[in-house]
Amino acid sequence: MPATQSRINDFVLKIATVNGTGSASANGLLMKALFRMGVPVTGKNLFPSNIQGLPTWYEIRASHAGYMSATGRVDVMVAMNAQTYQKDLDEVSPGGFLVYDSTWPRDRQLYRDDITVLGVPLAKMCNEAFSVARIRILMKNVAYVGALAALMDIDLDVIKTLLEETFASKPKLVDSNLKAIMLGYDYAQENFACPLPARAETMGDNSGNIIITGNEATGLGCLYAGATVGAWYPITPSTGVMDSFTDYCRRFRMDPETGDKLYCIIQAEDELAAAGMVIGANWVGARAFTPTSGPGISLMSEFIGFAYYAEIPSVFIDVQRVGPSTGMPTRTQQCDVMLCAYASHGDTRHPILFPANPHECFEMAVSVFDLAERLQTPVFLASDLDIGMNDWMVPELSWDDSYRPDRGKVLGPEELAKMERFVRYLDVDGDGITYRTLPGEDPKGAYFVRGSGHNRYGAYTEDSEQYQDIMDRLLVKWETAKTLVPDAVLSKASRKTSLGILAFGSSDGAVIEARDRLEAEGVHLDYLRIRAFPFSAEVVEFLRAHETIYVVEQNRDAQMKSLLMLEANDIADRLVSILHYNGLPIPSDCVVQGVTRHLKLNKEAVA
Amino acid sequence: MTFARPKINLPGQKVNEIGLALRDYEGSLSTLCAGCGHDSITAALVQALWEMSIRPEQLIKMSGIGCSSKTPAYFVHGAHGFNSVHGRMPSVATGALAGNRDLVGIGVSGDGDSLSIGFGQFGHVIRRNVNMLYLIENNGVYGLTKGQFSASADAGSTSKKGEVNQMQNINAVATAISMGASFVGRSFSGDREQLVPLIKAAIAHPGCAVLDVVSPCVTFNDHEGSTKSYAYTRDHKLRAVEADLISPRAEIKASYYAGDTHPVRLHDGSTILLRKVDPDYDPTRRNNALGYLERHRSRGEIVTGLLYIDQNVTDMHSQSRTTAMPLKAMDYERLNPGSEALRELQKGMK
Repeated sequence: MPATQSRINDFVLKIATVNGTGSASANGLLMKALFRMGVPVTGKNLFPSNIQGLPTWYEIRASHAGYMSATGRVDVMVAMNAQTYQKDLDEVSPGGFLVYDSTWPRDRQLYRDDITVLGVPLAKMCNEAFSVARIRILMKNVAYVGALAALMDIDLDVIKTLLEETFASKPKLVDSNLKAIMLGYDYAQENFACPLPARAETMGDNSGNIIITGNEATGLGCLYAGATVGAWYPITPSTGVMDSFTDYCRRFRMDPETGDKLYCIIQAEDELAAAGMVIGANWVGARAFTPTSGPGISLMSEFIGFAYYAEIPSVFIDVQRVGPSTGMPTRTQQCDVMLCAYASHGDTRHPILFPANPHECFEMAVSVFDLAERLQTPVFLASDLDIGMNDWMVPELSWDDSYRPDRGKVLGPEELAKMERFVRYLDVDGDGITYRTLPGEDPKGAYFVRGSGHNRYGAYTEDSEQYQDIMDRLLVKWETAKTLVPDAVLSKASRKTSLGILAFGSSDGAVIEARDRLEAEGVHLDYLRIRAFPFSAEVVEFLRAHETIYVVEQNRDAQMKSLLMLEANDIADRLVSILHYNGLPIPSDCVVQGVTRHLKLNKEAVA
Repeated sequence: MTFARPKINLPGQKVNEIGLALRDYEGSLSTLCAGCGHDSITAALVQALWEMSIRPEQLIKMSGIGCSSKTPAYFVHGAHGFNSVHGRMPSVATGALAGNRDLVGIGVSGDGDSLSIGFGQFGHVIRRNVNMLYLIENNGVYGLTKGQFSASADAGSTSKKGEVNQMQNINAVATAISMGASFVGRSFSGDREQLVPLIKAAIAHPGCAVLDVVSPCVTFNDHEGSTKSYAYTRDHKLRAVEADLISPRAEIKASYYAGDTHPVRLHDGSTILLRKVDPDYDPTRRNNALGYLERHRSRGEIVTGLLYIDQNVTDMHSQSRTTAMPLKAMDYERLNPGSEALRELQKGMK
């Protein structure tokens, strides 16, 4: 057996269960306990597109260095699912540990001599201690939390406090849960050498942090942005956004006197209708959005082109999942970059914001509305399943009470009264953005919205020059968009380097960790994280300032690289893709290997 | 092309309660074919909106794609119009009325727009009972693409080229009634006397009011053998029940009650007075309405009038208990919980 490395606050704990057995709350309890001990943690779900009975995994990474990405390593595996036992056993890293329910014997064939297997008779203990069948199943999960608390030094007092908070209104449940915890805890203490080398230890202070999913944060952002209309068609993995918006609206948006709602959520018949509703609501001046995923964007494309050409603000939230087609709905990818950038037929292009974590989901869910209304065009917020549905530790969200929505160029009756005549598509300010009016306010502001050819006065046209006039002005607006979207984030290497690395969205964590690892090996990379399309000036500057730029993305076809090549095609040969598209969150290994392999190949080529 | 109509204010012309003349409810000049049924419907809309004294800016005119969908440009130039994408007018109207419930929504659609490409949205705007007039200008044919049958073409009807339509038609009114519509009427573009009051009742109705108006296409579907021609419709239409809208302020005259009449009181105080032409017809009972329609359809008759009404079906906003004030007019301060609430909220995330 290989010598086991000490892994204090630096381990991956993976739990294999069956979905629908209540393991989620047990896993959440473990994650929260580590968080309360001040340990930086992330929790990633790996789940099937199914309701009950199929394998599911939850992976908690504790990292005193604060790394958030997936690793590909498993230090402690809790194998609760006999169906996947072999796979789970295989996945444990050499020197690691596997905990299983020893109530039933496991196949002797399934054995490894480079890891330690620990059997805990969880079902047996719970069957003896609890009488109701459903409770026995649930408590089995709570019991492994107890066993892990002993094995990994997770603070029992913290667990107890968490249980008391969770079941504040049902004290009886605190007792039964605690009983199950102690069954696991005592068994482990009596039978194994606790604690294991992979274990927790109380460290810094997490009081300035929270644990939240991207979808929750996005819904909260929409609430704070002042969105009043949400239209959607349920689709994994975006459903959580509307769930979150709905929950927060119920909490903060009810008229205290009448119980009436200061919002309107419509579950549409399909994504086409959801897009139409969002466009209609924004047209009358209500902030409206739709959360969806790639297949939804495909269906909405006709309307997106309409809103682009008719210049109606609209917000589309794309929580990306694996495509093409139905693909793998419960796996993650960054595969809709091209789709969002150019959605719809004809010459169209749309701004996209790329949050890297739930904290940015919250902030960008606000700025996406400002941009849409300022630019009078569809704007995308493109997160993904990894950000949207996994548990992230991020700095606490803050809010500036002096914020007021940017409603863009809207003329009301007062302004209209001073004008001789209102026309809809005339570029008065030279920024490509024209003035609009809202229905219901003033007959002088009336105009006709159409997706057919129109001129700067808003009238129907089939005249070539008048058509082109509008299309060219939309390009001026695109230039304005470049100055309004969030800047890219630059992190310089500790020394001057000709190597750059560029990423966006949920690849951020893997790049941060990979840069540190590569730096330790003497490879220095300047890092630019793109936060929006169109690219602001500093993105092109960054490309030009480096001889080699690694472009990290989670899709097969290097979609972001393609967009970059369109912006700077003269230096296209400097861009080197690092791609990850198997549906799992990108690990830092992938980035380290991508860079190393390329550098090695280059060296060989020179030699 | 858009042709602006010269605005002439004639001295002494009649004005409505808010001081507007009929001309104030007109739009651009129509570019449809001379004699198109749609233009007669436009005239009926102008008349109805003027009589109801609806403020032009209070109105939104919505449409999809097709000849029918051009018509919102031809009435009430002081109202915002929205020519959306094919078959998707209902969703845009739903969103617009979700954002501002004080607007008066009029959607003008066609048989292709509503019964083929937009069949889904047609069903769901009814299901949600969005408070609007949903008017189908039904001519049984695709005009802009030169004469293909639409889904409302009757089996056995012939095209201009002589082809016989083999498929059963999708009957807009029977479909709407069976899907649970709260107001369904049918009329004929050539029967202004019936159409104007029906439009007024539909606008006053607090829910989704579907009006299927047979509107012959003079270019592609007005020949012998067509069941959507002027001649065929005139010969086969059967008035079953008429409707009059009586405003809350108007005194209900005794003469209204002559014959077989039935008042339907709306929440805003106005009354739709139903006048039964055929005493057998009961537009307040779904089974009766559907049975009657089917009996007469099998005889080749086109039943017209206010075919079904239930003014008590809750509309979209009542269903979801949206506040009375239009959402778009809500102060941001009322919508945003502020920094303190955010801090408090996040205690549960630690």
